[in-house]
Amino acid sequence: MATHALTPAVTAGYRGGLYEWLTTTDHKRIGILYVINSFAFFFIAGLMALAVRAELAQPGLQLLTDEHLYNQLFTMHATLMIFLFIIPMLAGLGNFAVPLQIGAPDMAFPRINALSFWMLPLAGVLLLAGFVTGGAAAAGWTSYPPLTEDRPLASTGSGQDLWIVGVVLIGTSSILGAINFLVTIFKMRAPGMTLFRMPIMVWTMLVTSVLVMLATPVITSALIMLFIDRNLGGNFFDPATGGNAVLYQNVFWFYSHPAVYVMVLPAMGIISEVLPVFSRKPLFGYKAFVFATAGIGALGFSVWAHHMFTTGAVFLPFFALITFMISVPTGVKMFNWVATLWGGQLTFSTPLIFAIGFLTMFLIGGINGAFSAAVPVDFALHDTYWVVAHLHYVLFGGSVFGVFAGVYYWFPKMTGRLLDEGLGKIHFVLMFVGFNLTFFPMHMLGLAGMPRRIADYASSAGWNDWNLAATIGGFMIGASFVPFLWNVFVSLRNGKVAGDDPWEGNTLEWATSSPPPPYNFDHLPEIRSERPVFDLRHGREAGGSH
Amino acid sequence: MTADSHALATVEHSPVAGLAHDQRGGISNPVLGMLLFITSEVMFFAGLFAAYFNARASNAPWPPTEFEHTLEPIGLILVATIILVSSSFTCQWAVNAIKRNDRKMFIRNISVTLVLGVVFLLLQGYDYTVLYGEGLTMTAGPFGTTYFTLTGFHGAHVFGGVIMLAVVVYRGMAGQFSDRHHDLVEAVSLYWHFVDVVWIVLYSVLYWL
Repeated sequence: MATHALTPAVTAGYRGGLYEWLTTTDHKRIGILYVINSFAFFFIAGLMALAVRAELAQPGLQLLTDEHLYNQLFTMHATLMIFLFIIPMLAGLGNFAVPLQIGAPDMAFPRINALSFWMLPLAGVLLLAGFVTGGAAAAGWTSYPPLTEDRPLASTGSGQDLWIVGVVLIGTSSILGAINFLVTIFKMRAPGMTLFRMPIMVWTMLVTSVLVMLATPVITSALIMLFIDRNLGGNFFDPATGGNAVLYQNVFWFYSHPAVYVMVLPAMGIISEVLPVFSRKPLFGYKAFVFATAGIGALGFSVWAHHMFTTGAVFLPFFALITFMISVPTGVKMFNWVATLWGGQLTFSTPLIFAIGFLTMFLIGGINGAFSAAVPVDFALHDTYWVVAHLHYVLFGGSVFGVFAGVYYWFPKMTGRLLDEGLGKIHFVLMFVGFNLTFFPMHMLGLAGMPRRIADYASSAGWNDWNLAATIGGFMIGASFVPFLWNVFVSLRNGKVAGDDPWEGNTLEWATSSPPPPYNFDHLPEIRSERPVFDLRHGREAGGSH
Repeated sequence: MTADSHALATVEHSPVAGLAHDQRGGISNPVLGMLLFITSEVMFFAGLFAAYFNARASNAPWPPTEFEHTLEPIGLILVATIILVSSSFTCQWAVNAIKRNDRKMFIRNISVTLVLGVVFLLLQGYDYTVLYGEGLTMTAGPFGTTYFTLTGFHGAHVFGGVIMLAVVVYRGMAGQFSDRHHDLVEAVSLYWHFVDVVWIVLYSVLYWL
């Protein structure tokens, strides 16, 4: 074991100052940079959400009297949350965890890894630059033509072009990152680390990377066609000149539906690491979980048109059927997780609590999602607040709770210090209650017919109370990050020293020091199961089958 | 410490067994990375082709009457096609040469490949001016938009390949490649073949079908 693991200094594994951080090719530092960068954009996008919620608290235009600014804010809220928070945050946690978990010294292409990261802040600056060049993109994160075409009332400014360039740049970063993950996972595993001994986190990053590799180039093509239409007089999407507006939706969603699995599979991987560790049990049905993950990835390519039921241009029974089928592998995973907890010796540390938050909230998001997959239901609920409720239950209730489970779980490995449990639990309670207060009422608003993407509504519509509740909840979510940030701040200075393995973990990252030395391992334990550190701790001769 | 310090089961009967291998017999990291990158590039072109076929299916007649004789498969574009296809052969001869450690043949063939790539780009640029003269432009309806988007992005990929080839030539002249060390050459050759295949598909679809 690395001797300097015993040094209590927070920066034991990270020598050097700012210059070393900015020029690093170490996957651990790059992973941490991803996390910091993602939290910064999470903060900006969160403030935008609060502005949107503040405007919607009551009927009438109070705060954002310019409705075009409202459009820019909800567009940029979604864009930043999706492309610069959730996706890179999960990629960052994967960047930190995957090489450690497979016993590799680094990613396969460390310099491409750094390149992938540094495209993100640049893309963020491009996206936000729209606000000072006459208005950011305002056509929603989907940027459908004709909203994005050069015509009155549309998102006509240079902000929309900056948006296209920024998102293409983020896509390129994702593709390079995905290739890096795939080569790392296929080529750099330690001796004994067979595919079916890989931690579930690694499996989910593998499937996610395949989805990114195959789907992200397609949105690149969609956005480039949009750019050509807007700037070079192209005729892809304007029906007046022989184009086809629905074509954009097809190409866009061919990426953007698999993208929702890009946004949730790694979070599923995180909680599949957390649940076994804090239940003192192996993950129930490891192989079933792996196949379910691959199944979600495969089916994910055949459901994109369920976003387009009301266009009248898609074959409804097929896409509805495949969409329902997605709930089968997802249900398998739910069963895996619950059966892992069942009869376990549970330790209710913060990571486990957030993981249970994921389980419960993602379940609601899955159920209201399957509900909307029914074509007649979708026709009634399309573009209402029901959809906003659904997507936040899966992306916030699912992915963001998963992200925090991962942050609390790996923070001691990243920094050598434990986060404070009390503050962590305050964070959880505020976020959990605030989340449900914000997004549960949106189901009712959607059923009552409130459309999404509006800045104002009539006070006689009967939507006042639920909107006020959602706004109060939104600010509660905002407040929940105060104890979290304070927790990070004080724990980095005075937190309990973590040691190598504070949680009695199962996977290889817990076999090295906290933080790990450059190139991660001085030596590796023998790998005979998917829980090599558990085997090492309990002196098992062989891990046995799953 | 590198990846090579970890042993991994060798892949002996893999379909990619002929490609560059690392010390343990597995396909090398740069070559695998390039194959995956090409996979993503295929999806990028698939998106553009989807748009092309969609435009073609919903706009009759195709080609529009005013451009009925604009895209002639025999002529300048056939010369360009022959040049690009030939460059794939010279590229592969270069790879085979460096595998035999025949550096002279390697440099000769890879340089010819580079020159052929540049000639292709020049011919394509000239062809664009001819087409513009005949009124086929980016703004000439879906027919013009899809033609220039598809061939333009292919040309951009050829340009990227030319830069990669230039790096290979430069490093080859510096003597950096041998029978044991040529992952970059192999990866670039795969990319070049990919660009060639895309052109064959484009030429067939745009000019013949």
